[in-house]
Amino acid sequence: MSESTVPASETVEQPGDGTVHGEQIVLDGVTKRYPRQKSPAVDNISMTIPAGEIVMLVGPSGCGKTTTMKMINRLIEPTAGRILIGDEDITRKDPDDLRRHIGYVIQGAGLFPHMSVGDNIALVPRLLGWDKSRIRRRVDELLDLVNLEPSYRGRYPRELSGGQQQRVGVARGLASDPPVLLMDEPFGAVDPITRQRLQDELLRLQEELRKTIVFVTHDFDEAVKVGDRIAILQDGSEIVQYDTPEQILAHPANEFVEGFVGHGAILKQLALVRVRDVDLHDAAVAHVGDDPGQATQRAQAIGREHVIVLDSQDRPQRWMSLRELRTDGVLGRVERDEQLEVVSLASTLNDTLEEMLTSSHGVVVVTGRHNRYQGVIRLDTIMAKMQDLQPAGSVGTTDAP
Amino acid sequence: MGFFEFIQDRWPVLSFLAYQHMSVVVQSLILATAVGIVLAVLAYRSSAGAAAGNALSAVGLTLPSYALLGLLIAFISSGVAVSVIALAFYGCLPILRNAIVGLRGVDPKLVESARGMGMGRLTTLLKLEIPMAWPVIMTGVRVSGQMMMGVAAITAYVLGPGLGGYIFAGISRMGGANATNAIVAGTIGILVLAVILDAALNILTRITTSRGIRV
Repeated sequence: MSESTVPASETVEQPGDGTVHGEQIVLDGVTKRYPRQKSPAVDNISMTIPAGEIVMLVGPSGCGKTTTMKMINRLIEPTAGRILIGDEDITRKDPDDLRRHIGYVIQGAGLFPHMSVGDNIALVPRLLGWDKSRIRRRVDELLDLVNLEPSYRGRYPRELSGGQQQRVGVARGLASDPPVLLMDEPFGAVDPITRQRLQDELLRLQEELRKTIVFVTHDFDEAVKVGDRIAILQDGSEIVQYDTPEQILAHPANEFVEGFVGHGAILKQLALVRVRDVDLHDAAVAHVGDDPGQATQRAQAIGREHVIVLDSQDRPQRWMSLRELRTDGVLGRVERDEQLEVVSLASTLNDTLEEMLTSSHGVVVVTGRHNRYQGVIRLDTIMAKMQDLQPAGSVGTTDAP
Repeated sequence: MGFFEFIQDRWPVLSFLAYQHMSVVVQSLILATAVGIVLAVLAYRSSAGAAAGNALSAVGLTLPSYALLGLLIAFISSGVAVSVIALAFYGCLPILRNAIVGLRGVDPKLVESARGMGMGRLTTLLKLEIPMAWPVIMTGVRVSGQMMMGVAAITAYVLGPGLGGYIFAGISRMGGANATNAIVAGTIGILVLAVILDAALNILTRITTSRGIRV
């Protein structure tokens, strides 16, 4: 037994049932004109956002992308045009009622500091008049969905980290199980590593939920990673290109888009491949409480110098070298390595590569749902994938080295 | 008669007047808080309204209380009613100012977030803006409480209730027996009441402010 690969598809966490819970959104000639301003902020935009997809609105600041999004929940009233969610013309609905059925997540989460996490999540269900026990169940469900312990329910926002606050913000947006979720630069205020995690989590959630998500960002890399489709906007919310990330990377519509795509289109295409799409490798595994001798034998049997130590719930704790394993009882109490590089099945190869480069290991641990160990991914796997991507990338002539 | 003997001797009267004094201040303070917050809610949203509120607060506080009492007693004969009106008038000014500052200090992103979730104007005000502004509003209430303790003494001029009358009586028979004792007893009484009220308001502020925004 020299080398065994785990087909990632078999170890994928409980997949969503694949049912689309979102609704289609249609913008039809939507215009926003402010009084005493010469040119409209949003000029006659028409687009169809398919049900159950994440559509990214990307563009330079002041291009009207946020205005466009806020017209969907009528925080900004359109001057002209129609907006349909499903078959309903929302410009005729009561705005408060409309907004209770559209999730809204903003940068920095916008949590109410004077309310506990539980109360923040329960805001919209309370507005909708749900009964107490139903709200309680829903809050528990949502905390679990965004990977927060139930004990967080009673905490206040200032007691949470930025990333945790943003998770609560997403949970709050999803509280009434709305078909449509609007996200306004939701991950703009957190550090890059947390942002990457939150993006991965959003994608994992979306697999289960299949909502229609309109996501505003100015970060093109985020758009490529998260979006099913990207709309690149110019001044006045003019759509320059509206397509899948693959198509935009391979065939940018004009120079403006090219400028936005920037250099390194091949590397960016790595953001389109998920860890689950490639074959993972098995590492030598030991559990807390195992006999170090046996663990060493197992590692040697498959020719490894290190073992990955898992806790009783299969969550990776730290790497240990065979030398460390010589100490008796070393597996009795294992402290978690806070620096341990971990990616999830939903992570992109781009992020994985970044983890590898910062960690200077050639290998990164992969986890699935509830942070369970799934396997490891190696640098050569990513290199091989880049080779595959080469032909598609060569279309962008400006990206030649 | 020594001061302590004097206090012992007049304790029934003094304690009753102290109770009256505290009672009129607390009731006027509740009225002032309600009026101050209502005015602030009407004014805070526009910068012109906020400026007007601040100006009213600044100018109103320069009005001599003697003059206001004299003016009011010309129209209203009841000394108690005049006292309450005057106290509530002065009391609502710092509360108005602080409430405007507090309400305007709520992060607009939070308000937008509330509106975006489908909270109406009134719900946003009651569930987000006032709770967030509450510590600042309560600071105004405490300032008002202290000020009103002093003003309440002066309302004795229109025969208002409380310890003020005792001080006035002492002043009017200056040089007579126990005149100084009466003045000192009334003054110290008001100081003690002021300290008690402030401590009570401090506790009330802590109880009514969410743990999430307590400093």
